[in-house]
Amino acid sequence: MTTLSSSVPQLPVDRAVPAANGQPRPSAVRAQAWKRRLPLMPAFVYVVIVTQVPFLVTLWYSFRRWNLLVPGSNKFAGLAEYRAAFADPAFRQAAVRTVEMTASAVILSMVLGSALALLVNRKFFGRGIVRTMLITPFLIMPVATDLLFKTTIYDPIFGFLDFVLKPFGVGRINWLGTHAVGSIVVVLVWEWAPFMMLIVLAGLQGEDLEALEAARVDGANALKSFAYITLPNIQRYIQLGVLLGSIYIVQTFGEVFVLTAGGPGTATTNLPYYLYEQVFDNFTVGLGAAAGIIVVILTQVVAIFALRLLSGLLRASTA
Amino acid sequence: MDFGSLGSCYLSVFPCVLDGPYVVQIGGAAYTIPPKFIFRPTLSEYDSVFAGVQSFTKPLEHSIFVTLLSTALVLVLAIPAAYGLSVRPVKRAKDVLFFFLSTKMLPYVAAVVPIFIVAKDLGLLNNEWALVILYTAMNLPIAVWMIRSFFIELPNGLLEAARIDGANTWVEVTRVILPITLPGIAATALICAIFAWNEFFFAQSLTTTNATMSVFLVSSIQTEGLYWAHLAAAATIASLPVILAGWVAQKQLVRGLSMGALK
Repeated sequence: MTTLSSSVPQLPVDRAVPAANGQPRPSAVRAQAWKRRLPLMPAFVYVVIVTQVPFLVTLWYSFRRWNLLVPGSNKFAGLAEYRAAFADPAFRQAAVRTVEMTASAVILSMVLGSALALLVNRKFFGRGIVRTMLITPFLIMPVATDLLFKTTIYDPIFGFLDFVLKPFGVGRINWLGTHAVGSIVVVLVWEWAPFMMLIVLAGLQGEDLEALEAARVDGANALKSFAYITLPNIQRYIQLGVLLGSIYIVQTFGEVFVLTAGGPGTATTNLPYYLYEQVFDNFTVGLGAAAGIIVVILTQVVAIFALRLLSGLLRASTA
Repeated sequence: MDFGSLGSCYLSVFPCVLDGPYVVQIGGAAYTIPPKFIFRPTLSEYDSVFAGVQSFTKPLEHSIFVTLLSTALVLVLAIPAAYGLSVRPVKRAKDVLFFFLSTKMLPYVAAVVPIFIVAKDLGLLNNEWALVILYTAMNLPIAVWMIRSFFIELPNGLLEAARIDGANTWVEVTRVILPITLPGIAATALICAIFAWNEFFFAQSLTTTNATMSVFLVSSIQTEGLYWAHLAAAATIASLPVILAGWVAQKQLVRGLSMGALK
């Protein structure tokens, strides 16, 4: 009981029944703690069942060799599927592609998003409308965006891009054939720059205007006050945008599915698309699961930093 | 500077502007080189979208069903959870919060294999309920974090006053907390609805004929070929509800995207 009573003082025990010695009864404390937990439990149990259990099952599957089309193929295989994944050049290429696409999309959308945030942070006529329009690309259904880019912009015959570039001597280019990765990154940037803009904008709006004014009085030019005052202030927001953006963009699936279907060849196959193909085209559950676990490990490396940063921001905002 | 913003603003909506002519143009005339910017407006493509084998009516219904139901379920689960994490917090509330958040950082693709197999065994393949269950789990962490961030902003004295007046938990929540935080909860619902409406990966993996708008949009375009006007009209219908919801909730969008950490 010593461990329990030592933890009691931190608990607000407003309704706990005091025992004879003035200390709340342990049973009453426990009942009180459960009463507090009660409203939390449905959501907690739901999330554990729907998100954690499948993950553990994936881990289980990943140690098995299992093809849905081969009856009786569900057998324990140790690390064989992991070895198979790493031995598959398509998997290694998909891993490299994932890092390339995620990194370039995150960096470019952050640069563009920050620039847009700086613009929208100024006061001018019609700012609300401009801001609203700028966040719209993030709201449009992503596969609708992908389809429109594919058919109306990138199309080698009817596409708008080739039409615009024609006067500059650029011939007919099949963008999704010859510059597939770049074309997908452009679409991702178009979709995610508003996300970055909103996050950076939140940082800019919390900025100390007096410091900026003081810098201006002291003769700092725009570039200097940006580099020495604004940038350090929004640094944490940029980090947050980059981390959250990475976690979401690493899961890119619809863009690849719609724009290129992983092609030409396997040029734009990233890990999510590779995994989808393994499971839904080849029905290799074990290999798909092993690939999934590898994606999780890659994501968690980024997620740990994101969680740490969010917890810091949370402390700052509630302090 | 204003020109800069206006220019970038135009670029951001450019594909939609480009889309405009096709939406209201007669199907066949959409393929012209050079593109025509002057055209005879017609809304005939909108009729065609809702007619025939490739009618969008069913997928639209599925999308509405899945979005509304999963969002309602999210609120039913998230509001009590947020209460238990802010107003009368459990022990180690912060750990629980970060547990919720960490589930958002698990890539969905990693879970799709068992989800597919379980859905197959339960007869939930090609069933909207599978999507309702998954989208609820997908949005629940966001909703818990967001609603909690509204709850902790409630003035302390208010809840104390209610308790002194003899309000029990139910009255406290329904008569005091919810009416005040209603705008925030509405924004949370809109953001969850946006994510559910736009979701593609699970919908593509788990449904075929009972697909939602996102899946149907892709499949119908792939089978119909280059009917741009049809595509543009369909894409507009698929995107419009969410765009409007996003515009309404835009002040709270950043809070949702940053899990309530930013305001």
